[in-house]
Amino acid sequence: MTEHTVKSFDDELTHLSNTISRMGGLAEAQLAGALQALANRDSDLAVRIAASDAQVDVLEQDVQHFTVRLLALRQPVAADLRHIVAALKIASELERIADYAANVAKRSLVLNQQPAVKPVGAVINLGRLVQTILKDIMDAYVEQDVAKAIGVWNRDEEVDDLYTGLFRELITYMMEDPRTITACTHLMFMAKNIERIGDHATNIAETLHFLVVGTPLKGARPKGPSVEAQ
Amino acid sequence: MTHLPSRLAKVSARDVNVHYGEKHALKHVDLDIRANEVTALIGPSGCGKSTFLRCINRMNDQIENAHVSGALTLDGQDIYDKGIDVVQLRARVGMVFQKPNPFPKSIFDNVAYGPRIHGLARDQAELDEIVMTSLEKAGLLTEVRDRLDEPGTGLSGGQQQRLCIARAIAVSPELILMDEPCSALDPIATAKVEELIDELRENYTIVIVTHSMQQAARVSQRTAFFHLGELVEVADTEQIFTNPQHPLTQGYITGRFG
Repeated sequence: MTEHTVKSFDDELTHLSNTISRMGGLAEAQLAGALQALANRDSDLAVRIAASDAQVDVLEQDVQHFTVRLLALRQPVAADLRHIVAALKIASELERIADYAANVAKRSLVLNQQPAVKPVGAVINLGRLVQTILKDIMDAYVEQDVAKAIGVWNRDEEVDDLYTGLFRELITYMMEDPRTITACTHLMFMAKNIERIGDHATNIAETLHFLVVGTPLKGARPKGPSVEAQ
Repeated sequence: MTHLPSRLAKVSARDVNVHYGEKHALKHVDLDIRANEVTALIGPSGCGKSTFLRCINRMNDQIENAHVSGALTLDGQDIYDKGIDVVQLRARVGMVFQKPNPFPKSIFDNVAYGPRIHGLARDQAELDEIVMTSLEKAGLLTEVRDRLDEPGTGLSGGQQQRLCIARAIAVSPELILMDEPCSALDPIATAKVEELIDELRENYTIVIVTHSMQQAARVSQRTAFFHLGELVEVADTEQIFTNPQHPLTQGYITGRFG
């Protein structure tokens, strides 16, 4: 879009987008680290990931403060208004995403106290899928690419399907060998956390649609069968 | 309690009072204007904001029964000292008014007027230089470069206002006072003047009186809220517009009175 007559307003909007991108980058790194800690049974890394969550929280505070400032001082309208409101919403989605990643890291610490169980691999696969979704939605944000955002939105079904399969797999393991119940229960919560990260990514897709197009993303999101309903 | 004038402030007001005859128009105002910042004065009509502005370049001297008391300093120097040359003071403190008021002269002569009467240029080349630089700083040069000898009154309202800003800048003031500089302009011309104000604060200190709270929010770093002749609250503009401390400020900026 063409520049504002008042150039400092452009600088502020750019600063806001850049902060969101940085938050996205941090959230992606947190998820990647949590999965790596899980795969390698790396407790040191898990501790670091759990501690780094504070950085994302600080950025969210920055975004909150900065958007309030922009709303009060610039009286934004139209695309500028959507840009600022969207940043506020996306920042809180990313903050939640990072929280879930930190929780995965914390649970992997407990898991490392137990003998390894096989479904870890499936949780990591679910994590890899959600990683690509998170990366795609942040790329879509930077490029303001609605088509890419809708693509992310549709792919949540894959996440749901994988999660449902994993849920069954974990129950089967626990029934076969009750000694795995502690580990598998933690894995179940980890899988749930990762699935929630996917949900937050689709929320970002919806916000991005509103930001670029100005209208909500209509229609029900394609959903796999819910495990909770079974 | 009245504090001593601050030496750090560009302009420092301590217990400033203005009477117009019987009317006590400005009451015990303590206010520091920081250098290289834009300070906005806001408040409902008759709150004293323009009166305060006019104290700074002694425009109130023109009003017959006006009486100013208290301490008002510019860089620590008493503005109301008997030894002050008011003409020199007004060269240091420029002013831009509500309605653009170019002289009925050419664009060039409008800007050259101040430097000529203050003898700021030794020859024509220097004068040309001052005029061109001032028009450039006012963001007007590209629009008028080819018609400097045309009358300033032939420009659009927004261009006239930027011409008046160029005229104010031409005498190298330290402080520029603006009394509702955009109230006669359309939104685009207003945005251009606001962008100009943003650029000018690098080299000048600016005090702007505005009826538009939104404009105060956009252009200033400090905001002072006046009500019934009193300074109610002064703080960083962000603070005033996100979390004002005084209920009167809150009421005024949220459109509950005034």
